[in-house]
Amino acid sequence: MLSRTAENLYWMARYIERAETNARLLEVGARNALIPNIGGGYRNEWESILHASGNANGFAEKYSDIVQRNIETFMFFDRDNANSVLSCIERARENGRIVRTALTTQVWDAINIAYQEVQEFGRQERSSLSLSDLTDWTLRTTALIRGAGLNTQMRNDGWDFTNIGFHLERADSTARMLDVKYFTLLPQISYVGSGLDNYQWRTLLRAMSSSRAFNWAYGGEISPAKIVDFLVLNRACPRSLISSVESANEHLDRLARAYGKSGPAQTRARALVGELHEMQVQDVFDEGLHEFLTRFMGQVMAVGGAAQTMYLSGDIR
Amino acid sequence: MPRELRSLKQNEAEALFRRIGITFAVYGEGGSPDRLIPFDMFPRVFQADEWARLERGIKQRARALNAFLVDVYGRGEIVKAGRIPGRLVYQNEAYETAVCGIVPPKGVYSHIVGIDLVRTGPDEFFVLEDNCRTPSGVSYMLENREIMMRMFPALFQENRIAPVENYPAMLRRTLASVAPHKCDSDPRVVILTPGHFNSAYYEHSFLADMMGVELVEGSDLFVEGDYCWMRTTEGPKRVDVIYRRIDDAFIDPLCFRPDSMLGVPGLMNVYRSGGVSICSAPGAGVADDKAIYTFVPEMIRFYLGEAPILNNVPTWQCAKPEDLKYVLEHLSELVVKEVHGSGGYGMLVGPKADKAMIALFDQKIREKPWNYIAQPTLALSTCPTFVDEGIAPRHVDLRPYCLVGEDINLVPGGLTRVALTEGSLVVNSSQGGGVKDTWVLAE
Repeated sequence: MLSRTAENLYWMARYIERAETNARLLEVGARNALIPNIGGGYRNEWESILHASGNANGFAEKYSDIVQRNIETFMFFDRDNANSVLSCIERARENGRIVRTALTTQVWDAINIAYQEVQEFGRQERSSLSLSDLTDWTLRTTALIRGAGLNTQMRNDGWDFTNIGFHLERADSTARMLDVKYFTLLPQISYVGSGLDNYQWRTLLRAMSSSRAFNWAYGGEISPAKIVDFLVLNRACPRSLISSVESANEHLDRLARAYGKSGPAQTRARALVGELHEMQVQDVFDEGLHEFLTRFMGQVMAVGGAAQTMYLSGDIR
Repeated sequence: MPRELRSLKQNEAEALFRRIGITFAVYGEGGSPDRLIPFDMFPRVFQADEWARLERGIKQRARALNAFLVDVYGRGEIVKAGRIPGRLVYQNEAYETAVCGIVPPKGVYSHIVGIDLVRTGPDEFFVLEDNCRTPSGVSYMLENREIMMRMFPALFQENRIAPVENYPAMLRRTLASVAPHKCDSDPRVVILTPGHFNSAYYEHSFLADMMGVELVEGSDLFVEGDYCWMRTTEGPKRVDVIYRRIDDAFIDPLCFRPDSMLGVPGLMNVYRSGGVSICSAPGAGVADDKAIYTFVPEMIRFYLGEAPILNNVPTWQCAKPEDLKYVLEHLSELVVKEVHGSGGYGMLVGPKADKAMIALFDQKIREKPWNYIAQPTLALSTCPTFVDEGIAPRHVDLRPYCLVGEDINLVPGGLTRVALTEGSLVVNSSQGGGVKDTWVLAE
């Protein structure tokens, strides 16, 4: 297929997943903000959300106060923020429109309707829209788009590029959300294991739609080790780092088989999967959660970069 | 049809169009690219014998236009014979000196010839204009039929209506038949679009989809080693035939407009050396120029030795002093068009115009007489059409799409455009015209 078509599918998927990440981050922020800030952690719960989304500078340029209303505006509605939910949905739709013929009617309808609805939100009185309505809408919408694809798209190379996009973005997203913990808790390590700490971990699980799954898998008591194990190393958790990387790797392998050629993207992805398979949760803490996550995001980016060079730029010979 | 049922059907048709996503972006309406073109459910019908004559006339014209193009980029016999003034050809804006001496594969410059026709009597058709570059609208012909068949299946069972659905396959065959001589395998055909902001993008993607060929933009193609390649996820693939939906000026920044971002640098060199075919061939525009139009009957006599089957509308060239005098004296009776205009813009419909409009054109024509031609307002045929008050006659024209490759082919049908405003003669979709399905009844 045309490199440009593959690129549009890849980015369409990434933007859909990114819209979802933003909604989940907003949810974490809103819940964290419900409990009193007792001196510890980062200056402000909301600021940690901004840092995790990677957009603190963009926010600072435009808004003065880090308060919920501004963050909501910035992360959901702001077109100047290339990663706001609105921007992501618009860009996903734009990418989809260009490759309209590579999408089924169901997938296109789902994206197009999402686009129309998010435009409608932009026209509504803000006070009539609660944050939970917005985040619920985003999760529902992205699930609909993905589900339509799952049910109707051909399982060809276009499908692989779409899924590589989804899963690399998801790996990045889960890592970012875990990193929120780093920003909220540092430097007061004494809070680890306290009631406040557990509340924040629980919120994180909720935002990942994984709170109950965690209970089933690990029993009631929350500990940082269990959660890191669940979100990093547990292959049963659909949003864990290992699941995301395994899925991306699987689709890269499918491509390599279909094209009869393997390359740096496959090598890097395989190495990353291999490393996660060998890891124990203690290894993560030994390295430092933040340090580990930063390194992991770099590796995911490298896989994406290699796929870009191999398939999407059209410059290979 | 009772009124309720009619509005029900009309809504159904519109829903179908939206669902499929056929929309038409109108220039100058401030970025609403998703406007629906009005669809009229009343089909326009041709009898088999009427169509047979039209078909012969259209094919004849398409052959003559292509012979003319090969000639004027070659020896220029028709000019030497004094049948067409050399000035009109060689000083024409659409004449591309860059392609002089090139004979494209199979001697075809214009592979898709759209000929706009109007009917003025039972057996009287006039050609309004020829479109030799990249005539658009064929997706409407196909979709109109699709919608009619979905909504009124019984009509198709009761009548013997010739199908049009093989057009994409026919187009692909036509394009493959003009593969360059360096192509040694199954030719790879692509459609080159300016991109998704173009008003006809829907048509480009529709045709690519129906033909099963890639829809590419300039940046997807590159030139290396005397060939044109496209960038794919499996590495470069050679491209043999480019059905381009961009203007000549944008094809190759090294040869034409240097600021073009839509084209492919070096493409013209590959074309010249027989590494790729471009459809329609660069330079084809000189044949559909409104000043050249007057001479098409002459071309038919000169190249084919036949009498023209289809008539031209009598045309006054404002560049000629005696014609200019007549035109200025009769502005209120005539239709005045710009030589290079299209889309129904920049024209004067004398009988419908007010005094100020006529005065404006009087002035414009005096300033640049060579820029204008004039034609009489014809007693255009009308076709029953659904309007607010019920069924009423509205003026129509017809654009059939003639495919020229190794053979010349024409699907039985075309795009019927209808002027939805009472009395209006302007059918362009950009000016509020609508479309109808066109039926050719089989014998």
